[in-house]
Amino acid sequence: MARVLAPLAFVGLLLLAWQGYVVLSDVPSSTLPAPTDVASALRREKSVLLDAALVTAGEIAIGFTAAVLVGLLTGVAISRSRLALRASYPVLVASQMVPVPAIAPLLVLWAGFDLGPKVLVIALVSFFPITVATVDGLRGADGELLRLLNTMGAGRWKRFRIAEFPAALPRIFSGLKTAAALAPIGAVFAEWVGASDGLGYLILVWNNQTATAEMLAAVSVLSVLGLTLFGVVSLLQRVLVPWQRDSPADHRFTSA
Amino acid sequence: MAGSIDVRGVSHRYAGVADEPTSALQDITFTARAGEFLAVIGPSGCGKSTLLNILAGLLAPTAGETQLGPSAHMPQRDLLMPWRTTLDNVAVGLEAQGRRRADARELAREHLESFGLAGFEQHWPHQLSGGMRQRAALLRTFLVGRDVLLLDEPFGALDALTRLQLQQWLRERCVADGKTTLLVTHDIDEAIALADRVCVLSPRPGRVVAIVDIELPGVRSPEVRLLPEFARYRAQLLRTLTAEAWPA
Repeated sequence: MARVLAPLAFVGLLLLAWQGYVVLSDVPSSTLPAPTDVASALRREKSVLLDAALVTAGEIAIGFTAAVLVGLLTGVAISRSRLALRASYPVLVASQMVPVPAIAPLLVLWAGFDLGPKVLVIALVSFFPITVATVDGLRGADGELLRLLNTMGAGRWKRFRIAEFPAALPRIFSGLKTAAALAPIGAVFAEWVGASDGLGYLILVWNNQTATAEMLAAVSVLSVLGLTLFGVVSLLQRVLVPWQRDSPADHRFTSA
Repeated sequence: MAGSIDVRGVSHRYAGVADEPTSALQDITFTARAGEFLAVIGPSGCGKSTLLNILAGLLAPTAGETQLGPSAHMPQRDLLMPWRTTLDNVAVGLEAQGRRRADARELAREHLESFGLAGFEQHWPHQLSGGMRQRAALLRTFLVGRDVLLLDEPFGALDALTRLQLQQWLRERCVADGKTTLLVTHDIDEAIALADRVCVLSPRPGRVVAIVDIELPGVRSPEVRLLPEFARYRAQLLRTLTAEAWPA
């Protein structure tokens, strides 16, 4: 119950404070529209927003999947050898310093106007936390356990499957959650450069028209997409990391 | 013989800080016959675990040689994997040797009862009591299916009563299955109550200072501790250990 009620109550409280401020301070709606203005914009632009949301959701789904595959594979590959890790880690970190909006036009040039550059940008901004989490998780495996498995006759692959990968899973999921929160931002960046559709495109257009309430309506739809992706990842975690679900660490906030 | 352990002149030095290698073991020689239960006892830091790691093949000795058949090692920490249920934890040795997971589970399931784990196969390790964790780790070691068991203070973290119960039970299992067992401990009573022979090591660097035959009934109930012979062995081992630890 508290799982659903607590965040709803908190959001309600924030909206109430926002509404109160706008009413009392008398700011123009183009500078800061009230939540009620955003709500009516949502209603007005319902079908436009829904179409755009479907486009952006598709981009995020493909881009995030690509990020998961690339992130996991790179993470596993470079954690297999110290040399590979040393050689490639700085490059990976540097890849995150690249200001994506700045190179997005280039990506459009390389990959065209269609889905290509969007998937590329989304994957670029969200693969990194997955890679780092995978590397740290795999290297965090208990060396004594791995040696024990070795004495039992388990080779490299068996040790990976039995111990290293499952031990890394909780950390990998932390990375996946961070990546899930970044993916919608990537989609917006991508659409700002070469798109004629999607939530990012709408945000840009409405921003230029100082249609602030509509712009915030698009942002709120985008956050719903982000929350959904985050929720899917959390659900997967509950299924794939069942031992964490009822571990003692989970009961920290319940009274002893 | 397949299940025997032969240790000849084993020494080990750890590369230390500032070119000062630490000597952990010095010229260790002993044998254990197939099916024998041998306890190695000594003060903390005398190199007992080092000896076990050498026998388990995890460490190459700097001198000497060892001869033993394939062995199953139980380290001090139980090393149960939190991501595996109790059943999958005890079956891991079978999987490591190439059995399919379903077959490994099937084989392991048959032994849960006699290791007091029946009904707990689907529990996560953190849901088990300390005694059950140790039994799970022991079953995992048994299921590796080797003639020689190398046990490193398997009962160190347990309360006194659970300990008594598991000690008796371990001895029975090892004798019944014809295992050659090498048990490392710093507990004199445990060594006497379980072993056919006790090998006493000196403080670091560990040397063999005595090997004592324990002639007690084959079936060792906790009551064996009340026999006059037990008290004599205890006095003998205590004197040997203290004479080494605090030379007059």
